[in-house]
Amino acid sequence: MESSAGARPIAQSEPVEQALYEIRRKIYPRAVTGKFAVWRWIFVWGTQLVFYGLPWLSWNDRQAVLFDLVHRKFYIFGLVLWPQDIVYLAVLLIISAYSLFLFTAVAGRLWCGFACPQTVYTEIFMWIEKVIEGDRLKRMKLDQSPLSARKIRLKAAKHGVWIALGLWTGFTFVGYFTPIQELGRSVLSLGTGPWETFWMLFYGFATYGNAGWMREQVCKYMCPYARFQSVMFDQDTLVITYDRERGEPRGARAGSIDYKAKGLGDCVDCGICVQVCPTGIDIRQGLQYECIGCAACIDGCNQVMDKMGYPKGLIRYATENALQKHFTPAQTLKRVFRPRVLVYTAVLWAIILAAAVTLYQRLPVKVDVIRDRITSSRDADDEKVENVYRLQIMNTSEVPRRFLISVSGIEGMEIKDEGHAVEIGPASSRMIPVRIEADREHVHKGANPIVFTIQTVGEGDPIMITEKASFVVQ
Amino acid sequence: MSDFTSDFWSYYVAVITVVSIVACAVLLWTMSSRRVPGHQVGTMGHVWDENLEEYNNPLPNWWRWLFYITIVFGLTYLVLYPGLGKFAGTYKWTSTGQYEAEQARAAERYGPLFAKFAAMDIAAVAADPKAREIGQRLFLNYCAQCHASDARGSRGFPNLADKDWLYGGDPATIRATIVNGRNGIMPPFGPVLGDEGVKDAAHYVLSLSGLTHDGLLAAKGKALFAANCVACHGADGKGNAALGAPNLTDEVWLYGGGETTISETIRAGRNNKMPAWGEFLGDAKSHLLAAYVWSLSNAR
Repeated sequence: MESSAGARPIAQSEPVEQALYEIRRKIYPRAVTGKFAVWRWIFVWGTQLVFYGLPWLSWNDRQAVLFDLVHRKFYIFGLVLWPQDIVYLAVLLIISAYSLFLFTAVAGRLWCGFACPQTVYTEIFMWIEKVIEGDRLKRMKLDQSPLSARKIRLKAAKHGVWIALGLWTGFTFVGYFTPIQELGRSVLSLGTGPWETFWMLFYGFATYGNAGWMREQVCKYMCPYARFQSVMFDQDTLVITYDRERGEPRGARAGSIDYKAKGLGDCVDCGICVQVCPTGIDIRQGLQYECIGCAACIDGCNQVMDKMGYPKGLIRYATENALQKHFTPAQTLKRVFRPRVLVYTAVLWAIILAAAVTLYQRLPVKVDVIRDRITSSRDADDEKVENVYRLQIMNTSEVPRRFLISVSGIEGMEIKDEGHAVEIGPASSRMIPVRIEADREHVHKGANPIVFTIQTVGEGDPIMITEKASFVVQ
Repeated sequence: MSDFTSDFWSYYVAVITVVSIVACAVLLWTMSSRRVPGHQVGTMGHVWDENLEEYNNPLPNWWRWLFYITIVFGLTYLVLYPGLGKFAGTYKWTSTGQYEAEQARAAERYGPLFAKFAAMDIAAVAADPKAREIGQRLFLNYCAQCHASDARGSRGFPNLADKDWLYGGDPATIRATIVNGRNGIMPPFGPVLGDEGVKDAAHYVLSLSGLTHDGLLAAKGKALFAANCVACHGADGKGNAALGAPNLTDEVWLYGGGETTISETIRAGRNNKMPAWGEFLGDAKSHLLAAYVWSLSNAR
């Protein structure tokens, strides 16, 4: 087979049994402190306070944030979104995508390193692991030690806490779709519905499995974003970089000697950057797709540089151009404002502004006009013609409203019966049949354009909606 | 068609499905390891963008286990649910069964509400705003296609909001109309009367409502009417609710009241059908609908 010519066989090797599937090497990341670790914890607290706390807030005697799939209404504080508002979901996704493009172009995988749930939950789970089992070396020793009562106790405690946190996460997640206080009561009485139970367990065990067991494998093998973001990098993107020129040749040395005279670089080859890495790579080999940009190696290396009395930043956020052309930090920063970044920023702000304006101007009333199709027109008498319409009026606000329906476009046209004043309850919709009569002398054969006007009467902000329709004459 | 209903195809599908799944499992099993000289990772020989190479790296182990899990899932599914040819699955699931279960659940949920209204007198139901709302929704769903959203009908479909009724407008009759349907037949008189006769009869009918007509023709038509039409429409032309024969004296026209239309009706006849809804809607919904329709012409 010619295709195997690329393999480089080892001389005189015996045939060996080779697994076609890679066995995962377990990674024992060492805990690290420093500027970027603080930032990551700020994001952990920020995102998780919002995630775990939001469903417990109340607004207008209901859950403040509730995605009611059964009744197809999404409540977000004062905002009630109906299926017709699905465009805002598209806008949200566009904003997320553009933010991702922008942040990635400026400073690489910021999202991955600081805000992605996979990172955030892994961080929490690793902290639990550290508290129960100890740091890297203790964990490695524990795993290698033979089974003992202590080992069983520690492992059981760790997995117990992990599973409990996972289940709480699953419970919170479902609490966004089912009122969480009722859900809590039905959990306590073991009376949750089949789908609630399924999703709580599924989401709970997905959290436990991904943050406890899978960890970096999710980023390496499952995450599509990890693979496509490299196309958003360019020579001026800030990425976590090892300063090869300054560090090499690396080597251990006594603190007292003049290492420069011995021809050594700043890297003391302590391996801390590898030990702290949650994906188990060596950043000194350059940018790799496994790097999630968490900056743990920067924190780790800076601590060592401090101890050695060397300047910080042997591993740092730097751009390819900055390293090659020896830019000053000011020069590097100037390159951040390159056309690509400016265009991303402009587009992002344009979309955010447009979304904000439309949300602000969004009326809490929607109207659809449907003309009866059974008959194009109906003769009321010799002089008058009738058309029948159905007006679907949706009151998306949470107060009952009274509406006045009027129509214009043809001289002397009028709405018959009492079909012109209606009351519609909070967050509900009604179908109103409306009969309209017009003088034959004021209409022509075919479609006559008319306009329905629906306005609120009574208390509250006046709202007026106009909707175009046709008055058809046979 | 018999080819497709014979058992052969059931076995054919089942065997192909099972053999494919087992073959996948065997392939996965046998391909999990192999004997190779050395263990260096080779490239596939593809190079893009100068230095982007495709390595023949092994897949992660958990990936293989996911593959096994899908096989187990697939086999379990085929045991529980229909999928293997004609085998119905131990779970005995069918789409009609699911539909019926959902119907039963809905009936259980809404049954008490409908039962409450079904036990009430139609006039009392019509006085209940909630019942009228339900009735209107039912009307817009099932009746508005012909009778229009405002229930005022259209050409050929009666107006239900006025006091004029073909078969009678009391609650019981309205309900009977909904449940059993109606078939109104006006036979064609063109062959009997001839063109002249049709015109004469039409002018007489116009005169009954006091509309513009030719007195001479109407006088000739009166005799024709007495000979041919009174059986259904009555001697005075006021119709017969038992037959659904319309009143010709009240200026309410199902198909239009001009001379042309009336002549057309006499010449070619009319055949009008209201479908029977009783079986489809059931008692409770028919009752609610009857109350809604009755309420339209009997203002609250």
